[in-house]
Amino acid sequence: MNLLADAFAWIFSPDRLTGSAPLPQAIALHLFYTFLATAIAAVIAIPLGYFIGHTGRGRNLAIGVSGAARAIPSFGLILLLVLVVGVTQKPLAATIAFVLLGIPSILAGAYTGLEAIDRRVVDAARAVGMTEWQILTKVEIPLGLPLLIGGIRAGALQIVATVVLAAYVNLGGLGFYIIQGIPLRRFDMILGSAIVIVVLALVLDGLFALVQHLVVPRGVTAGRTKELRTSSPRRRAVVESPTV
Amino acid sequence: MNWLLDNFDLIGRLTVEHLQLSVPPIVLGFLISIPLGWLAFRFKLTRGLLLTVAGLLYTIPSLALLPILPVILGISFLSPLNLTVALTIYAVAIMARSIADALTSVDPAVRQAATAMGYGAWRRFWAVEFPLAGPVVLAGVRVAAVSTISLVTVGALIGVESLGYLFTNGYQRTIVAEILTGVVMVVVIALVVDFLLARLGRLLMPWAPRRQRRVRAGAVPLSVVGGAA
Repeated sequence: MNLLADAFAWIFSPDRLTGSAPLPQAIALHLFYTFLATAIAAVIAIPLGYFIGHTGRGRNLAIGVSGAARAIPSFGLILLLVLVVGVTQKPLAATIAFVLLGIPSILAGAYTGLEAIDRRVVDAARAVGMTEWQILTKVEIPLGLPLLIGGIRAGALQIVATVVLAAYVNLGGLGFYIIQGIPLRRFDMILGSAIVIVVLALVLDGLFALVQHLVVPRGVTAGRTKELRTSSPRRRAVVESPTV
Repeated sequence: MNWLLDNFDLIGRLTVEHLQLSVPPIVLGFLISIPLGWLAFRFKLTRGLLLTVAGLLYTIPSLALLPILPVILGISFLSPLNLTVALTIYAVAIMARSIADALTSVDPAVRQAATAMGYGAWRRFWAVEFPLAGPVVLAGVRVAAVSTISLVTVGALIGVESLGYLFTNGYQRTIVAEILTGVVMVVVIALVVDFLLARLGRLLMPWAPRRQRRVRAGAVPLSVVGGAA
């Protein structure tokens, strides 16, 4: 437990505000890369995911790509891109890596959000005379929003974790202290920064969970009866098809 | 290309080491996940608790988890056991949830029929519920296996030798071919293991649907959960 005390002493030491690598600056840089890469990944993945989800075209390709992407080691991808793009352009190379790693989750969130919608709802929208564009913007996007936010959440957390690894190429961020600390055996620094990273990831996850909860359309929440809200589909099955 | 031809032995040795590091977390994670998944499925209280904890553990970045574990476990910072434990935690975080979902997906009528035929809780679980939950369980195992194999490379940063060695070594010596070989090998191993698991599943569960059906309304697909790297 002594180590833990040392770690907290490291985090709250006044030295963290000064020196060559102040902690607040590392946190800011870490968040900057996370938000930048998540935003770029979202701009690329959301329209593509909506196209796949709305038309059903390219779905198998999207499943294959997001499945295969999980197998790509993010650490290797960063180092590879830094060497290929150029050692002088590390931030650019690393950002490309972050974006590439964030895209599959967001893409999956976008198209599964649309796919999970009851077909009857979409058919009803078409039957009342909505254009395809209106169906997408007024029905599918609002109903698919919670799953999309879930996808962005997974993508952003993937990026947070990858930014930690990017400290190996001197990108800065919170991984810097771990990478520096290992050869120096500075366990207070390693553990302290690891705790800061965990807190950062959990806070970000919590914020996304909150947003995910808030974007559920009012009509969906109002339509839920108390019985349906129980998490077990066993009950749902009984409610929907009573045994006659 | 020259690098590749000169280092065939190294690549082979690292591939074997990589597999040796990947298999224990996948197997251990699976064994631990079965009782946890059952607990999450059976009781509402443990379900919320277990799924929340699993979700939180999965959000912890791997390089941050690796140095925290030795403090909790009381072992050396540089022990390879840290990597095994960390990867087992991630595997459990994925598989416990999928096993709980899988058990929930079993038709309650089948469960009742088994009870009516005189199956006790233990035998009903192994003979009826678990096999029927199999296809969804397998989907979780495949996700866990692929992400474990790719995460093993992070061990290179704490001195555990795997294909990740090709990343750090290739970066220090600026050999693009070396890093590329590492990335390709990891992806190939992951895809081969994934394929073998799928074949094994088909062998053990011939009743499973051949093609995945469209996503059920309300079900969160596995590809959306989680975020550790």
